[in-house]
Amino acid sequence: MTAALARLAPFLFAALALALWEAAVRAAGIPAYILPAPSAIGLAFASAPGLLLSSLATTLLVSGLALLAGCVLGVGLALVMASSRWARAAVLPWAIMLQVTPVVAIAPLIIVWVGDPFLALVVCATIVAFFPIFSNTATGLASAPAELADLFRLSGAGRWQTLLLLRVPAAVPLFLAGLRISGGLALVGAVVAEFVAGSGGFASGLAYRILESGYRLQIPRMFAALALLSFAGITINAALGSLERRVLRRWGKVA
Amino acid sequence: MLVLERAGRRFPDGTQALRDISIRVNPGDFIALLGPSGCGKSTLLRLMAGLDQPDAGRILGRPDQIGYVFQDPTLLPWATAAENIRLPLRLRHMPKAASAVLVRQALAQVGLAEFADVRPPSLSGGMRMRVSIARALVQRPPLLLMDEPFAALDEFTRHGLQDELLALTATAGCATVFVTHSAYEAAFLARRILVMSSRPGRIVAELAADLPTSGRRDSAAYHALVARITAAALEARSA
Repeated sequence: MTAALARLAPFLFAALALALWEAAVRAAGIPAYILPAPSAIGLAFASAPGLLLSSLATTLLVSGLALLAGCVLGVGLALVMASSRWARAAVLPWAIMLQVTPVVAIAPLIIVWVGDPFLALVVCATIVAFFPIFSNTATGLASAPAELADLFRLSGAGRWQTLLLLRVPAAVPLFLAGLRISGGLALVGAVVAEFVAGSGGFASGLAYRILESGYRLQIPRMFAALALLSFAGITINAALGSLERRVLRRWGKVA
Repeated sequence: MLVLERAGRRFPDGTQALRDISIRVNPGDFIALLGPSGCGKSTLLRLMAGLDQPDAGRILGRPDQIGYVFQDPTLLPWATAAENIRLPLRLRHMPKAASAVLVRQALAQVGLAEFADVRPPSLSGGMRMRVSIARALVQRPPLLLMDEPFAALDEFTRHGLQDELLALTATAGCATVFVTHSAYEAAFLARRILVMSSRPGRIVAELAADLPTSGRRDSAAYHALVARITAAALEARSA
């Protein structure tokens, strides 16, 4: 009973908050261009669902591709760093520099350099998404207990055997934790880059819809796009979280 | 087999961990290394295994294959019991069919035949240690090194494993060097007991044991031996 209630609680809270919001807007007579009522937002979505949903698909595609690219880059660089102390010293400062430079600041350059707007968005989102995967994987690769490493040495294991049979599997739990953080960041990166790019292109994402609706004072549609964006973020987080739990159970960890 | 001649080890921070250690390990020996915490027992075992190098004296006749059991079972948590036991064979590139036979035998020897496909987190502490011992013995090494393997287990589990270990090493015919800080454990298991002092770690006494094979824990000879070992250990501490 209490467990079911705990599951329902976020939805009950949302319903209550939306009802209060609707009532307050109506009672105070707040104009829709300042704060639209939830019903108006729903109507705005229903009036052009294809437009918003295709924008959602674009944003999700950019985030997904960025997450994929971030995985390849992050895991690849972590493996390079694990291969030697020299490589670690060479790579780490640059990876950190990429992390601490705000993507808003480099986005204009990337948009100029890359040319293709869609690709430019993916590159920006990748830069944001890459670091948690990279740093978690690098930490994970170094996290195997020293005694297990000794055991591998005693059995005459080579570098590759130790990497594949010990260090890589030992890194999986931390990699997954990084992946989950990066999933959210990929979405943030995609949105920020699109704000900076500010142009429609062949298929505009949700961030562009928000900007456009703002310019045209279509505030209810702006809120609808915003709601879809949160929904996308929650979905990405939940999907990666469930992947993490499923793998960790097999990895002998209770999550 | 394995011979240490006046081996010494000084750590980079200047601590003299071991000094003048001379031991000859004969085939089939069961040696207990007994001493207080921090006396360099583990360091000595690492020297024997070749995981660390002495900076004085020398070590001869180290066999190619050495079984090593740590205080923790140190199993791969993502691999099943059978996969964990197969690990040393896999690392030495033994074909899967050949290693499967050895793994099955090793599992049966430690009484875990039915737990082949279970992962470590679902096994009890004693079972995990048995997997760890099976992994050390699966390659039939002539030398088995054990670093306080039962220290973290409860007393009943420990007694059971001590009995099993005696049977296992007798069957395997390997020489065993067993690090412990318990006079009871040393007396029960070993035929030779080397008592160490600390800082620097040296061997200060060697006692021979010749206990009956059955009913060992109740015999008067066992209790007399525990008393002798305890006296030697106390003397080592005050020396």
